[in-house]
Amino acid sequence: MSSFEALEQLHHQALAELVDAATTEALKGWEDRYLGRKGQITQQARTVGQMPKEARPAFGRRVNEIKTLLEQAYETRLAEIRNAELQTQMTREAIDVTLPGRPMVPGHLHLTIQALRELYDIWAKMGFEVYEAPDVELEAYNFDLLNIPEYHPARDMWDTFWVKGTNDQQAGDRRLLRTHTSPGQIRVMRERYPEPIRVILPGKCYRYEQITVRAEHQFYQMEGLAVGRAITLTDLIGTVTQFSHLYYGADRQVRVRSSYFPFTEPSVEVDTQCILCGGEGCAVCKYTGWLEIAGAGMVHPVVLENGGYDPDVWSGFAFGFGVERPAMQKYGVEDIRLFYGNDLRFLRQF
Amino acid sequence: MKIPLSWLTDYVQVDDLPIEALRQRLDLAGLEVETIEVIGYPGAELPWDPKKVITAEVRAVRPHPNADRLVLAEVDYGGEAPEIVVTGAPSLYDRLGEANLHLKVAFAWEGAELYDGHVEGWRKSRLKQTRIRGEPSRAMVCSEKELGLSEAAEDILYLPPDTPVGLPLVEVLGDYVLDFDIKGPFGHLQSVYGIAREIAALYGRPLQADPLNAAERLGLEPAAAGDFVDLEIADPELCSRYTATMIRDIEVAPSPLWLQLRLRRAGLRPINVIVDVTNYVMWELGEPLHAFDYHEVQPRPGESQPAIIVRCAKAGEQMTTLDGEDRTFDDQMLLITDGEGPVGIAGVMGGLESEVGNATEAILLEAANFHFLNIRRTSQQLKLHTEASLRFGKQVDPALALPAAARAVELLQTVTNATIDPAIADLYPGKPEVQTIALDPALVDRILGVEIPHAEQIRLLEALEFKIDAEVMPWTVRVPSYRLDVRRPIDLVEEIGRIYGYDRFPGTLIEEPIPPLRRNRALEDEDRLRDMLVGLGLDEVITYSLIDPVDEERLHPEPDQRLTLPGEPVALQNTLSPERSQMRRTLLPGALRTAWANLRYLSRIATFELGRIHYKVAEPDAATAETGVEEPRRLSILLTGPRTPLWWREAAAEPLLDYFDLKGIVDALLQRLNLTEPVAWAAGNHPSFHPGRCAAVSVAGQVLGVLGELHPLVREAFDLPKQPVLLLDWDLEVLFEAAADAEAAKQVGSLSPYAPVHEDLALVVDEAMPAVSVERVIREAGKPLVNEVVLFDVYRGAQVGSGKKSLAFSLSYQAPNRSLSDRDVTKLRQRIIRTVERELGAQLRGG
Repeated sequence: MSSFEALEQLHHQALAELVDAATTEALKGWEDRYLGRKGQITQQARTVGQMPKEARPAFGRRVNEIKTLLEQAYETRLAEIRNAELQTQMTREAIDVTLPGRPMVPGHLHLTIQALRELYDIWAKMGFEVYEAPDVELEAYNFDLLNIPEYHPARDMWDTFWVKGTNDQQAGDRRLLRTHTSPGQIRVMRERYPEPIRVILPGKCYRYEQITVRAEHQFYQMEGLAVGRAITLTDLIGTVTQFSHLYYGADRQVRVRSSYFPFTEPSVEVDTQCILCGGEGCAVCKYTGWLEIAGAGMVHPVVLENGGYDPDVWSGFAFGFGVERPAMQKYGVEDIRLFYGNDLRFLRQF
Repeated sequence: MKIPLSWLTDYVQVDDLPIEALRQRLDLAGLEVETIEVIGYPGAELPWDPKKVITAEVRAVRPHPNADRLVLAEVDYGGEAPEIVVTGAPSLYDRLGEANLHLKVAFAWEGAELYDGHVEGWRKSRLKQTRIRGEPSRAMVCSEKELGLSEAAEDILYLPPDTPVGLPLVEVLGDYVLDFDIKGPFGHLQSVYGIAREIAALYGRPLQADPLNAAERLGLEPAAAGDFVDLEIADPELCSRYTATMIRDIEVAPSPLWLQLRLRRAGLRPINVIVDVTNYVMWELGEPLHAFDYHEVQPRPGESQPAIIVRCAKAGEQMTTLDGEDRTFDDQMLLITDGEGPVGIAGVMGGLESEVGNATEAILLEAANFHFLNIRRTSQQLKLHTEASLRFGKQVDPALALPAAARAVELLQTVTNATIDPAIADLYPGKPEVQTIALDPALVDRILGVEIPHAEQIRLLEALEFKIDAEVMPWTVRVPSYRLDVRRPIDLVEEIGRIYGYDRFPGTLIEEPIPPLRRNRALEDEDRLRDMLVGLGLDEVITYSLIDPVDEERLHPEPDQRLTLPGEPVALQNTLSPERSQMRRTLLPGALRTAWANLRYLSRIATFELGRIHYKVAEPDAATAETGVEEPRRLSILLTGPRTPLWWREAAAEPLLDYFDLKGIVDALLQRLNLTEPVAWAAGNHPSFHPGRCAAVSVAGQVLGVLGELHPLVREAFDLPKQPVLLLDWDLEVLFEAAADAEAAKQVGSLSPYAPVHEDLALVVDEAMPAVSVERVIREAGKPLVNEVVLFDVYRGAQVGSGKKSLAFSLSYQAPNRSLSDRDVTKLRQRIIRTVERELGAQLRGG
């Protein structure tokens, strides 16, 4: 057999074996066998030197050709095998993608804080900033300075927790747990005079009353106060209407009724069309079509004066919103005790 | 306060107004109607069919052929022939055999729906044609119960003799009862006439009758004193007026139906004609009256006239009130006394001894006026609230006393048909001046923002019986005596706006520019912290600020290790329960109780609370000068239960949350707040915590607080299960201040483009050496090239010897401006090792 014939036979044998190599390991063996440093094709190339001079170019050329062909065939085969192996591997790696993920435990903001933030955001758009006042208050701030003197019938509107040990102090000097956020009105006025004021006063309030699904001894309130040189009742109406449009939706009408609070005059009650029935009448709005959303009014001259603002020059409005109540209406919460009873099954729903 | 519409119609026309429209108009004007009870009309509990329930007249009563206790009544209902009705009414049985009767009754045809008068409770049934003991029956004469008017079922209802026959009963007895919830201390709205006045003003309608001029109608002439009573007001400040009317020869009998019905609809129980008339006048005019038995009012010693002396009680003085209770008075309580002692608490309740009874022949009727604050105080101190004290407490017009007394006389005359010869004594030492207010009509626009023409303003005020002199500016407005709530121009502005109608007001926005704005750092800090903690997987709770003081004790179970809580507690004078009797000085009880309550339903609890604590300070500073109470903000975190929720793959090697879960949260939090470096850690000592598992944390020399595992005895005291409970208790004022400082000092570091060199360093140190100290020394020694020091292994065992531990750190070195050479790294490493050896006595492990 001539060297050419032997070379060709080797070529064919190599191609045949390449087809049989089914794994990357087998392929590696094939490469060593034929194309490696001691591989048969490599060795064929080395025999060129021993050949007669005239045969050398043709044989050398052919060896190189075959080497290139086999290298190409090897690359192709390698790609095939790798792909097949990858496919097998990925098939093996398939998972049930519906299995539960590694548990991350999300935290939750308390519903009250979420409700307050919503209110802060809306009022901030209208230029009202948050002002905070203490929970344990002087009687004077909670009542007297708000035009509610001792034994005045208006005090019946608030059942009060009194602080022990201050009872024998002079009226006004006794301590109590604030029954509303209104004492902050006096505090902010005394602090800010003679600036105009636009603030909201959020905070915990306390009432000495029996705890039921509708009434808690601790709850949040959010009061607002605007004092300026030309503030009117129609400004109050426009402002709370704007609030209602942002909070409850622009399609809800707002109405204002006369009411009574000792620290405002005129005093009004603000209603919005029921969020549930839209005014048709339902259990939430007690079939009136309206929900009370705020008590409000023009700051009483006595209160302005107690805050240091001359009522002949200044005027202002104040309003008070519940914090829990709107959330209860929105989410159908029937028991206010869920808020500060902190049943996490409840709080985690928000 | 319940007011029947039928009563209002005595004074103002309202029956032409749709009831809902009326209600809305009243609501709008601040006269809130809480509920409307419908009687007889559609919408009532029992509507009376206008065709089937009608007025009729019993003309004759004949015997029933087959029954002893039943009779046959011949009833004219306006039809062609009388209807024969079988009835067992006792009062008709008494008229058996009589003819030519004219007894007006309520008559129901078959098909009418009525209440069953023969069963307990309220069961509706439809009247059917039937036979009663053989006699056909297809109609009936009704009892009050059958019509739903009262529980009286024994006898039938008789209508007034002048009632026309054949009218729908609803036209005669149908009604709407408006239950008002009048907010505010408005005595003038606590009456039928007061509401009628408002309606007249709101609708621009005239008042049709004047119940206040009965004295003129009767020609009564009051005298300052009379020979029938010796009257004295010892304290005119508290009793501005006292009228006493003597009425003789009264027969104490039940009131007529119409009066009884009105009282019942108002929610009052009819008793007898005297009590009923005093109640009626109180409801109608708002003036509480009291009737004494004239013969029970004693003269002063040695005198013969009965005496009434209005004076404050002597401290400790006693009397039994009408309700049978023995009352003891203090020296600020105003009493009505006679020659011998107290006969009534002024404006609150009468005494039992002088009560009007069936044997009463003559009464002394009191119509007086007392100071509202005094009445309220007495009523509150005695915890005795009556219709009288409620009205006096809201201020009653003293001008009302005499007209009310006269009105009572007039009514008694009407309803008893007796000839009364009254005598009135009127002592009026506190007659108020007529009030006038100077009103600049421009104020209306300035406050309301609506320009209401002057003529319209005048019209609105006049509709409310104000008298205006508009000749000169400002106007002079005369206030009606009963408007005790109107004293300032602003009060008039409200009246004008209210009657004008707020529904006619447009909405505007404040024209002035927004005032100077301030950032609210406190709130920003809180909200940022909340978001971080929620991001770290914690649920926020807001617990009660009022706690059980015993919980403070529960926090330090070992008596010798007292818990140091700040200041003195703010305890309550009046409490709902011991569990809510003191303001919290620590957030821990709230956290523990929340965990306890939730562990009933959940296994894993991870909560935080950001809230204020409250305590009295011994020496108030500028901030607490007024209340003497400090209210700093604190943070609590609580973890307990499984580390991760149940999962299908790996079960954690240590399944329960432990100290390092809490520490991990804290480390992450401090990192976010740029406080990792400034914060100093040390072993903590807090009686509520496990003594070996408590860290004390401080920053810039200020105590931030503690964190650690709850002391097992505290855990038991709060009834928590036997598993680690991790707690944190921090002072947020300190945290926020430090975070603000760190934020202010923060400058961004350069980012090196060169790859860091990593290497591990295991150091053997004494067991007691805190890991954080080793880390700090490494960082110091490695400055500025060390940029990460991570402890990745703690090893104890034979290889390092007893009393020692090996801490393995992974370090990375990096320079901002070059790749580090092997020489750099070796030098750095040597420096670190030398320093830890020198400063901490540490040894390089295997070195």
